[in-house]
Amino acid sequence: MNWTLALPEIALAVSAMAILVGGVLPRRDTTFPAHIAALGALLLAAALTLAQDRGLAFGGQYVADGFSTFAKLLILFGAAAGLALAQEWNARQGIARFEFPVLILFATTGMMVMVSAHDLIALYLGLELLSLPLYVIAAFDRDNPRSAEAGLKYFVLGALASGLLLYGAALVYGFAGTTRFDRLAQLLADPARVSAGVVAGMVFVLAGLAFKVAAVPFHMWTPDVYEGAPTSVTAFFAAAPKVAAFALLARVLTGPFGGLEAQWQQVLHLAALGSMVLGALAALGQQNIKRLMAYSSIGHVGFALIGLAVGGEAGLRGTLLYLAIYMVMTLGVFGVLLCMRRGGRAVEGIGDLAGLGRTDPALALAMAVFMFSMAGVPPLAGFFGKLYALLPAVQGGFWTLAVVGVLASVVSAYYYLRIVKVMYFDAPLPAFDARPVAVSVVVAGAGLFTTFFFLFPAPLIAAAQAAVAALMG
Amino acid sequence: MNAAGFPLLSLLTFLPLAGAAIILTVRGTAEVVASNARWTALWTSLLVFALSLVLWFEFDTAHAGFQFEERLNWLPEFGVTYHMGVDGISVLFVLLSALLTPLCILASWESVQTRVREYMVAFLVLETMMIGMFCALDMLIFYIFFEGVLIPMFLIIGIWGGPRRVYAAYKFFLYTFAGSVLMLLAILALWYGAGTTSIPALMEWGVPKGWQHLVFLAFFASFAVKVPMWPLHTWLPDAHVEAPTAGSVILAGVLLKMGGYGFLRFSLPMLPQASADFAPLVFALSVVAIVYTSLVALAQTDMKKLIAYSSVAHMGIVTIGVFSFNQQGLEGALFQMLSHGIVSGALFLCVGVLYDREHSREIARYGGIAKVLPAYALVFMLFTMASVALPGTAGFPGEFLVILGAWQVSPWLALGAGVGMILGAAYMLLLYRRIAFGPITREGLRRLADLSPREHAVFAPLVALTLWMGIAPSSFTRFFEASVAQLLAQHQAAFALTRLAGVP
Repeated sequence: MNWTLALPEIALAVSAMAILVGGVLPRRDTTFPAHIAALGALLLAAALTLAQDRGLAFGGQYVADGFSTFAKLLILFGAAAGLALAQEWNARQGIARFEFPVLILFATTGMMVMVSAHDLIALYLGLELLSLPLYVIAAFDRDNPRSAEAGLKYFVLGALASGLLLYGAALVYGFAGTTRFDRLAQLLADPARVSAGVVAGMVFVLAGLAFKVAAVPFHMWTPDVYEGAPTSVTAFFAAAPKVAAFALLARVLTGPFGGLEAQWQQVLHLAALGSMVLGALAALGQQNIKRLMAYSSIGHVGFALIGLAVGGEAGLRGTLLYLAIYMVMTLGVFGVLLCMRRGGRAVEGIGDLAGLGRTDPALALAMAVFMFSMAGVPPLAGFFGKLYALLPAVQGGFWTLAVVGVLASVVSAYYYLRIVKVMYFDAPLPAFDARPVAVSVVVAGAGLFTTFFFLFPAPLIAAAQAAVAALMG
Repeated sequence: MNAAGFPLLSLLTFLPLAGAAIILTVRGTAEVVASNARWTALWTSLLVFALSLVLWFEFDTAHAGFQFEERLNWLPEFGVTYHMGVDGISVLFVLLSALLTPLCILASWESVQTRVREYMVAFLVLETMMIGMFCALDMLIFYIFFEGVLIPMFLIIGIWGGPRRVYAAYKFFLYTFAGSVLMLLAILALWYGAGTTSIPALMEWGVPKGWQHLVFLAFFASFAVKVPMWPLHTWLPDAHVEAPTAGSVILAGVLLKMGGYGFLRFSLPMLPQASADFAPLVFALSVVAIVYTSLVALAQTDMKKLIAYSSVAHMGIVTIGVFSFNQQGLEGALFQMLSHGIVSGALFLCVGVLYDREHSREIARYGGIAKVLPAYALVFMLFTMASVALPGTAGFPGEFLVILGAWQVSPWLALGAGVGMILGAAYMLLLYRRIAFGPITREGLRRLADLSPREHAVFAPLVALTLWMGIAPSSFTRFFEASVAQLLAQHQAAFALTRLAGVP
């Protein structure tokens, strides 16, 4: 048995436990060292991921391939950035505890198991390892009723989704007789072996995963959780877990359920259309910027789903590129939101950004770049994300998806512009408190990436292409 | 690289960005920053204009194809190259953009006092996008520049505009964006079909007949908003009225031309069949635009709004010329776009001069200006005459050629365009009479100062060009004669081919 293949996950889990022990023992506050140690652990895991061999392990339940490497690096990057953003904010908010980085590390381990899952059981294991820490950190600001409500809501709906997924996995096992991805793929490649039970099971599994990526019609938790959870937690939610769930979705759809393409294509088609339309329309009336970003994320998920719904190498590559670009943009946006603190109190109304263009021109410029980029205006990175998502849709003749997609992006441009308008056109409010250094670094990095992506798009495209090639075999 | 061994077009495109970067690094008190920003922006744009004159002298007018070409691999696996070049159709627009930008910066010298640094950066970025768009020979690059214009223009209208600036900025952005994303789908379809995004290659390719109409409509959605054609023109009066003077100049002078240029670059050469099939629709919309917006202009009480509506009417003449598919019509359309770029830009500057002094654009607030501001009245009169297409001014050759071209298609069409000229004379002369002649209506007007040296410097090149274009139009038409002839030959060949294939 080749357990060394899972070395990144093992290292991450062990260091999380070590930090937990190290955090409990001393009498003084260990929050800051724990954060630094957690960042180190993520870095170590990234190095190990890069050096990882390829192959199957644990009786075929675990796979390490080019696809998992790509997804894991994205996840680790997203988690590290989320952690860096959170530290100072939590301290100022009075909710800094050393358990926070530990929980993030466990969640990250869960995400890595998800993208390497090669068996329905491993899939479920990874998903739960991700979800449980997330339920806890959503309620991390435990004295705040909104945060507690967010945690509870997320838990109840998340448990429901897990139940659906598990039920689907059981159905698939019952009708196909195996949970391993490669055997399922072999079996379902023969149309004669496809039964209604397997299809029903697959739909349940898809529903569970759609909940995790917050695609319509399983999006209801997103606005409440995004708004209620502490902003530092929302920043983490919005980035890495989406990538992990999408990677898992891609693996499940192309691997074990590859033979059922005709069935899942319809499901994803509807989910993508619904998400894009809802994300565009529901965000229009929002006043809370976190809630607005929640609806915006639903819209972006719809765009990323286009690639999966279309299928094929080009489609999958489009999804991966979209996710990578979206993750950077969203980290930048939440970096800006974490700077929204006036007189020691965090504020989160859209109107609170008024006049940011005068009080903090650099921050406003970064936010404007992210907003125009999310709206899909060239030459910013978000445009290229949309381009690579739409190109396969046009190639495959999925005109409904393409047309609805671009029209939804026009509608959503309205609310992105509204934020630019508030920042630049409205009379200024008093300035925000000084920005934490780590946040400035993340925002600046994300801003530079978003602005100058067009100069060097080739490396990311090549990496995504290699990942897709590894997945499709 | 090109024959000159020197990436001139890229330099023209990206030099303004370098100026913007310099402006962003200036530190110091607000006054120092403002003054540095002004001077840096002015010198950068003057340098760009000086470099663009190389195009005027070195451009080979006998050659119909693309010149000054540059290529650089950008996304090789997708067949996208960074490909720049100009032909007779685009070269003068590059010069127009390079000319208008320094004038705009000069015109905003005193009228813009808040956030000068951001203003100048926005204008330089805008110049990059405009020049890049006219030089791009790759659809994707074209699209990036075409859409990139929206960001600086949105900010210019929204930050430095008038009372209803937010509404106008939104309307401008969303109208244009909605049209453009549909064009993006058409670009993706062509990209997929031909396997390349190179514009010259696509002109050769020949879009399948079944696609042409849909692709045409998608392009049409974008260009018709940009031109703008009736009934998609409603963003224009709002944007013009609310934008600061220099913003209006660029809007009328260059941004509107992007639509007409798009028709000439994409619709006509790539989609000949669909262009011919939709020509009657375009004619109908254009005639409605000319007559309707001219009548609307007659009723305006706001000077800027009046000129904005006159722009819609003039651009209607352009679209008639473009879709007449003959040498006169096309050359007339190109000439009309250039002259309108200069004349309407100058008219907006004229309004700006009064607005800077009185802070009002109400026609009724003025009267008898000619007695107080003689130099100004003279300049204003020249541009008014050019706008009504008086022979000897820039407005005449373009409209005359278009009407000649339209006559070949149908005399009724020529009549429609002619009615526009008559109505145009009516509203422009009315405007001029009410502002310049008659008794001085208010005592306050007597104190107004005539044109300052700076304003003289702004108007001098425009006056000279207006007269030059009117008296010696051939020194401009010679640039696009060859390219237009080639475009027409290709169009007719493609048309003959499809017609042949259609014959059983």
